[in-house]
Amino acid sequence: MNTESKPAPHSTKKPMEELESVTIRFSGDSGDGIQLTGMQFTTSTALAGNDLSTLPDYPAEIRAPVGTLPGVSGYQIHFSSREVLTPGDAPDVLVAMNPAALKANIKDLKKGGILIANVDSFTPQNLNKVSYEKNPLEDGSLSDFRVIKVDLSRLTGNALSGLALTKVQVERCKNFFALGMMYWLYDRPMDGTLKWIESKFKKTPLLVEANKKALLAGNAYAETAEIFGFHYHVRKAKLDPGLYRNITGNEATALGLVAASQVSGLGLWYGSYPITPASDVLHELSKHKSFGVKTFQAEDEIAAIGSAIGAAFGGHLAVTGTSGPGIALKSEAIGLAVMTELPLIILDVQRGGPSTGLPTKTEQADLLQCLYGRNGESPVPVIAASTPSDCFDAAIEACRIAIKYMTPVFLLTDGYLANGSEPWKIPSVSDIKKFVVPTLPLPAQFKPYLRDEKTLARPWAAPGLAGYEHRIGGIEKQEISGNVSYDPENHERMVRLRAAKVNKITQDIPPMQVLGAKKGKVLVVGWGSTFGAISAAVKNLQGKKESVSAIHLRYLNPLPSDLGDLLAGFEKVVVAEMNLGQLLKVIRAKFAIPAIGLNKVKGQPFKIGEIESFIETVLRGA
Amino acid sequence: MENEKEIENLPASGPVLSRKDFVSDQMVRWCPGCGDFAILATVQKLMPTLGIPREKIVFVSGIGCSSRFPYYMNTYGFHSIHGRAPTLATGLKCARPDLMVWVVTGDGDGLSIGGNHLIHALRRNADLKILLFNNRIYGLTKGQLSPTSEMGKKTKSTPYGSIDYPLNPIALALASEATFVARAVDTDLNALSQVLDKAAKHKGSALIEIFQNCIVFNDGAWSEVSDKSLQSETTVTLEHGKPLVFGKNKNKGIRLKGWNLEVIEFEPGHPPADILIHDETSSPLAYLLSHMERPHFPVPQGVFRSVSRPVLNELMDAQIAEAKKSSPADLEKLLKGSETWTVAA
Repeated sequence: MNTESKPAPHSTKKPMEELESVTIRFSGDSGDGIQLTGMQFTTSTALAGNDLSTLPDYPAEIRAPVGTLPGVSGYQIHFSSREVLTPGDAPDVLVAMNPAALKANIKDLKKGGILIANVDSFTPQNLNKVSYEKNPLEDGSLSDFRVIKVDLSRLTGNALSGLALTKVQVERCKNFFALGMMYWLYDRPMDGTLKWIESKFKKTPLLVEANKKALLAGNAYAETAEIFGFHYHVRKAKLDPGLYRNITGNEATALGLVAASQVSGLGLWYGSYPITPASDVLHELSKHKSFGVKTFQAEDEIAAIGSAIGAAFGGHLAVTGTSGPGIALKSEAIGLAVMTELPLIILDVQRGGPSTGLPTKTEQADLLQCLYGRNGESPVPVIAASTPSDCFDAAIEACRIAIKYMTPVFLLTDGYLANGSEPWKIPSVSDIKKFVVPTLPLPAQFKPYLRDEKTLARPWAAPGLAGYEHRIGGIEKQEISGNVSYDPENHERMVRLRAAKVNKITQDIPPMQVLGAKKGKVLVVGWGSTFGAISAAVKNLQGKKESVSAIHLRYLNPLPSDLGDLLAGFEKVVVAEMNLGQLLKVIRAKFAIPAIGLNKVKGQPFKIGEIESFIETVLRGA
Repeated sequence: MENEKEIENLPASGPVLSRKDFVSDQMVRWCPGCGDFAILATVQKLMPTLGIPREKIVFVSGIGCSSRFPYYMNTYGFHSIHGRAPTLATGLKCARPDLMVWVVTGDGDGLSIGGNHLIHALRRNADLKILLFNNRIYGLTKGQLSPTSEMGKKTKSTPYGSIDYPLNPIALALASEATFVARAVDTDLNALSQVLDKAAKHKGSALIEIFQNCIVFNDGAWSEVSDKSLQSETTVTLEHGKPLVFGKNKNKGIRLKGWNLEVIEFEPGHPPADILIHDETSSPLAYLLSHMERPHFPVPQGVFRSVSRPVLNELMDAQIAEAKKSSPADLEKLLKGSETWTVAA
């Protein structure tokens, strides 16, 4: 924690210390309501005016055996009075609801950090489940930390003693007792959560009362009990003026798709099959029927994309969403969209692979699959979002490109962006750039594969229009007429035309933004969700007067036309990504430079420190 | 932009009058003598009688000989990938309820690689008219067994004979809760035309199994039931509310015996009182009929089952209409979500 000794903004019984930024990790059993607790803390923190970033980290199993390591669920939030770019490298505070949560997370807690442990769950049985021979709260092994032992279960029970609740119901309220404590410790408003409890449990007034009581009791307990000598205040961040909300990547993606549909006037079709971590996009979109959104939970991944291709043929803004394994299943159909040159957005919320891999963890290892994972020469544009809220803009851009160039487009996010959240300055509807479907030629001039000179896009004549009846399909097309053709010259021409069309998209890519100077010693190249960690690391080094710059790629196919010149301006190029060097391969191949890879495949995002120290090594010439 | 106005004002093609309006300019590339020609001609003849503008009709297919069908129809068409036609068709029909969507598939495309999609398109009642050309063989890949090939069948991939028990497409469709299930033969174009006409007018997904002859790789697979000189003895026509009577002399019929069916003979014109009367709305009956096979029974042609159930696209649109009524679309409100805060300048 960066402590500043400024006077507290308002006085309470205990002294208040001012902090610039704090990282808290809530952890417990997946049945302990950790995600919910984290999200409540996030909302209150957003309303308190801090900049923030969150990282939920939950197991793939819905309910792993209680008290075991596989069942540990975590939620980390980093909030600050300054700009926040990542969910924080290491927590300052760890809330551990049981021994398993302690064991899984204690290695990450900063030295001198605060550990709040629910002592009631440190029973011999629970300790045994995670192979603690002795109780770590008592054997001195935690002497590096400020250990605060709270008998959460007993205290929650006392607070709720007057209510006709079962033991299990009481136990389920203890996360709100802990949340109440954290609200006092970090001086957060509780109104939002109190309101949330009222609406969430409105059908069961007893639970409204119980959860409210637990929250307030936890808050009062932290204030009065002799456990904390002081509490903390984090001032409002200096964000751009405007109206804000908190948003996760999956929410932003869904809203971006709805917005794209609204500004283009095209009906939105979303065909999807449930898969972690993409399902929330389906859930979100299925709520928005009033916008005419048609969502379709298909029988499998192939049917999901098939339905979208059908809807695209029918003149809709068609989207299919999935994660890596689903992309593998959709590959043949993506090729069909390439061949039939229909607009289609393929959302890949990447997760750890291969195969089932790490369903709930993040990775960027689908890039090469998206670029090349199909039979034949099958070019598809790829666009990647860089932050949770950026998913909104990236989704709109993917839609715009798909319609303008009549092509399938990959929209890449990942598990970290999908579930992570940050404050989002809500754009005004009038600021969202409109885009239109290119006008059709008259029937007499209509040829299904006659291309627009500037974009090389073919016309989009949906069924229903008299005079435009035509047939398309997966067999090679005769140029212009679109009839079936096996002619060798025509095939090569069409292969080259499809590639040329995708390359034309470079004309839509704005000049690259460089973080730092346009020439220097080291350039860090990133894409996707590594944006925050790379930017923070590079800014730190720039603060130390190091010659380091960074660029972040939104367009991974085609690559921006000014990328080559930028790369040439640096002595060394580092490509940082959460895979074994996929963009690195592309850059080495395209620009023939000895770019250096910084790679991490742990299912966890980069820490700022990891990037910083790697760049320092590169700067020192190692 | 001026095109836009002109396009908007284009006249609909209006009632199309003749078969030739539905013939595309593409050369038909099936083997001479293929059963597909007769089916294509029947469909092209049927289209003008439906009173649906040509531009509102779409044929979607998968992969296989039969799936080349859309290229030969002068409507909108989509020749997709192996087994997936029902998925494209479902998306298209739901996105564009104003269109009439036909699916052309085969026993390999529809029952093997695309089996999953077929059953879901049927149970959802996606209002697709699905023509399943069944020739009991893989033709386009030159002669491997298909899911409807009979046990023991020797093919290129089963030189010692097939050991896979065949699927019954009618029974599969019934089990998938299809609202319209019928069968026709590529040599009886009158009956085929009638069945297609009923399917076209049925509201909901329709599956029509068409016995089709592959002259090159499985010639004569259906000869017993397609040969006009044998048909009266080897087939029985299903007509709603009518007794199941067959035979050259109309002297044979079908009767329920316990949980099974039996063939009975009687004096022409005097069927027994307990002769089976066809009821298109009965699922158990349809299932029994679906298992009438040679040599013990005549093979049923016509409509096995025809019932009414809400169609997918209408259910989808009804939810949208309801949502629009209760909370009109407001993008600004949507973007704001439930909790916001203001950062002052």
